[in-house]
Amino acid sequence: MKRTHIIILIGIAVLIVGLLVFSVDFSTYDTIDSAKNKQGKFVHIIAKLDKSQSINYDPINNPNYLEFYAVDSLGGKTKVIYHNNKPTDFEKSERIVLKGKMQKDYFDCKDILLKCPSKYKDDKKMLEKNIKEQDSSK
Amino acid sequence: MIKFEGEHLLPGQIGHFFVILALVSSFISLMAYYNTSRAINQESKIKWEQYGRFLFLIQGISILSIFSIIFYICSHHYYEYMYAYKHASKELEYKYLLACIWEGQEGSFLLWSIWHAVLGSIICFRKKDNEWKAPLMTIVNVAQFFLMLMILGIYFFGVRIGNSPFTLTRNEIPAPIFSQPNYLTFLKDGMGLNVLLRNYWMVIHPPILFLGFASTIIPFGFAYAGLQTKKYGDWIKPALPWALFSTAILGIGIMMGGKWAYESLSFGGYWAWDPVENASLVPWLIMVAGVHTMLIYKSTGHSLKASYWFSILSFIFVLYSTFLTRTGILGDTSVHAFTEAGKAINIMIGIFVLMFAIPIILLYFKHQKNIPVIIKEEETSSREFWMFIGALILFLSSLFIILITSIPVYSKTPLLKDLIIKIHGGPLALPEDPEFLYNKVMILVAIILGLITAFSQYLKYKSTPRSAFIKKIVYPTILSAILTAVLAIVYPYTYYKHGAGFLGAIYTASFCMIYSFIANAMYIRIGLKDKFSHAGGSISHAGFAIMIVGMLISSSNKVVISDSKVNGINIPASIDPMSKKQDNPTENLTLIRQVATKMGEYDVTYLKDSAGNEKGRKFYALEFQSKKNKGNENFILKPDVYLMKDNNMSSNPDTKSFLTKDIFTYISFAINGDNNTDTASFRETTIGEGEKGFYSNGYFLLNKVSKNPNNEKYHFKENDIALMADLTFVSNDSMHYKANPIVIADSFGILQIDDTVYAQNLFVKFVGVSDGRKIKVGIKESKTLIDFITVKSYIFPYINLVWFGLILMSIGIFISIIKKFRLSNTIAITILTIVSTGLIYMFLFAN
Repeated sequence: MKRTHIIILIGIAVLIVGLLVFSVDFSTYDTIDSAKNKQGKFVHIIAKLDKSQSINYDPINNPNYLEFYAVDSLGGKTKVIYHNNKPTDFEKSERIVLKGKMQKDYFDCKDILLKCPSKYKDDKKMLEKNIKEQDSSK
Repeated sequence: MIKFEGEHLLPGQIGHFFVILALVSSFISLMAYYNTSRAINQESKIKWEQYGRFLFLIQGISILSIFSIIFYICSHHYYEYMYAYKHASKELEYKYLLACIWEGQEGSFLLWSIWHAVLGSIICFRKKDNEWKAPLMTIVNVAQFFLMLMILGIYFFGVRIGNSPFTLTRNEIPAPIFSQPNYLTFLKDGMGLNVLLRNYWMVIHPPILFLGFASTIIPFGFAYAGLQTKKYGDWIKPALPWALFSTAILGIGIMMGGKWAYESLSFGGYWAWDPVENASLVPWLIMVAGVHTMLIYKSTGHSLKASYWFSILSFIFVLYSTFLTRTGILGDTSVHAFTEAGKAINIMIGIFVLMFAIPIILLYFKHQKNIPVIIKEEETSSREFWMFIGALILFLSSLFIILITSIPVYSKTPLLKDLIIKIHGGPLALPEDPEFLYNKVMILVAIILGLITAFSQYLKYKSTPRSAFIKKIVYPTILSAILTAVLAIVYPYTYYKHGAGFLGAIYTASFCMIYSFIANAMYIRIGLKDKFSHAGGSISHAGFAIMIVGMLISSSNKVVISDSKVNGINIPASIDPMSKKQDNPTENLTLIRQVATKMGEYDVTYLKDSAGNEKGRKFYALEFQSKKNKGNENFILKPDVYLMKDNNMSSNPDTKSFLTKDIFTYISFAINGDNNTDTASFRETTIGEGEKGFYSNGYFLLNKVSKNPNNEKYHFKENDIALMADLTFVSNDSMHYKANPIVIADSFGILQIDDTVYAQNLFVKFVGVSDGRKIKVGIKESKTLIDFITVKSYIFPYINLVWFGLILMSIGIFISIIKKFRLSNTIAITILTIVSTGLIYMFLFAN
């Protein structure tokens, strides 16, 4: 066996891995409305917590059940159920990325990624807000 | 023009001067060294080199001065400077001052350039390798020039080039307070260091990681030197120890980051295939590939072109990782919070990457035909053949990782983006289980690498006689097969999540890695006859193998012990029709204060909470009592929750380490302690249906009053006289709680059944009926009603193998470096002792 042969073999292996990878169901970024058209498909939704609605989390009874409403920038709205703890600073989040599947009347969420204001140290607006808070609490 | 009071402007002006001085001197030094490398006569060569060295020294001193000034500003809390305001605060402990400097983008660019300055100085003041100095220093100076541009902060035609660490807060933020001359008296404290970074790893991890990043420029510089001097193959020998150094430091730096994540982040593990982790792993993989092809070239003359490519690409991918992590392009895909620092700097980082990548690749292709190649192919029975295959696999796996990691970049590339949307039906995102996507490919890589590193040690360069090889390899093969079988029987993997096929792959990979460990360990005895100075390669392969075995075991047999289903108190989520799925385990468990709760083999009691050093930090003492090993395995964990000044919360895990396992626990939910006022008596409110009443922490609604309710809890008959109030309590943090107090009238009189809202510490009483279809509700708010926390707890078995393997691997690499640099025995032993004690202390004891 020569080096070229082995390299051909590796080429085939790469091809197999490539097929393996792309047979994977890559997800998409969707809006709430477009996700509703793809019920049961795993999607990513960039949304905001709907603060006008209540957040339902009662850890004494069930620490693995969180229910809330999410809205996106296009005005789509959905109920979300997340079988995990309420993420720290959930109420303060500016933006959330929801990963999961849309069901009939709710979004079955598997994972939540928060973007909290504190993480935006380099964001000028946040700094401005912070300065103003200091200013008013003087 | 306002005259501001109390500002300290001098340090900033000096700092700014040094930034400009460093920029200019690195540029002149660059030109001088370039002229040195081009000069033909010896005299002008020496003259230019002296210039170059002098200016590089000036540049190095300037960078150190910049750093000292930033340190001075932050440690003195001069909040008139944006950098101090953003990253320092008064309550910050002194030991974290360094961490707060590298929290910011400017600080990390500076850290990078400090290491370039140090490494550059070592090169230009060393007596050896004179012929390579000029081109090497040219490259280092180009990088320094770009890094200084990043922190320059001067406007050219209205565009700000770089972000200076010396900008003033009042110039950066438009707020009315800055129109007052005494604004500094109101700016009492800075924003401080992110609490997640307040961990001793964050003091040490960034410098080591950046030393790793910075050191990749040297093999790159040598590759350039090879092309520039037209001594196409001679650079390999002096470059090899540097490439090894880079491998060791970068590897340690990456795993320090993993240890930090494990200790202070709540994602539960040391590796999550996060883009930021991947971006630093890729240059490491390529550098390891480069080390192997360089070794091949040194021994046989093969693989020179591959050595060029790997040396070049490793550094290019360091730059690319800077691009990924510093431009905010990863946005929504990373748990690491990076945001963009402005469009101009993003473009500059892009230019930085391209200015290195394009010229060197063009230069390479210009010289490609002159690079010597051995026409005769390697024998399959030769060591170099399999080393090359291994290097190729490493390189391909790094390409795979970076292709997946770059997914967010595709969605921002103009044409590609539209194409993806057309084919895929929306912007591309990672699949449901992104870790599995990486794992299923990398497990194959582990299998191949394990096999190759196991047997190729027993092969000789050029070619190996078959019988001698088989004779030597047969014992390690049998031994590791037996060991794997024992492992499978005594301690089988329980990772069924991805089916039998993947489980089989895990076993195969375990066999290959055990094989690699045994074969390399035995090779030190048989092949090297216990000569440890030559055993660097074998030791680092053995270490690598142990590390991977540790990863396989600790991830496959990780146990969630805070699973609600094992808990007697909590009812498995009956509200949820969807949770039938096995792959969605419930990982949170509620612990009520002073009540022992079963968690795996432990009875866990939440004893008490206590305040920490910093204001707003609260530790929760959890007592673990083992039922299996009575007395021996009882311990207390103190995970904490930190409420920061900006009202953000952060949860930091605590871990108990045993030799064979870690118990990792963090608080996933805790009630905010001090929002209850103590009124020990019932307070009455008269309320009608649909009306609102108030309590100290929010309000409540009377939804309706029902007569003789018949539900899961109460079964009244029609001739009873019972009333139930249906109340909803809404707390200030917009949580909703139901309460159903009842009043019953029977022949004995009036009986009230109170309800409780534990989370709000409320007793709710149906006092009686009032006029006009209203009722009286009594509410008692108590401070000591109930206290609870919700925790997540995992057991990572044999995780110490990961750290031990890493340490062994690093020691092995250092042995090779020492041998290549031909250091004396005393120095060698000193270096090895320092490195190994340092690593062992940091990774295994300093918890």
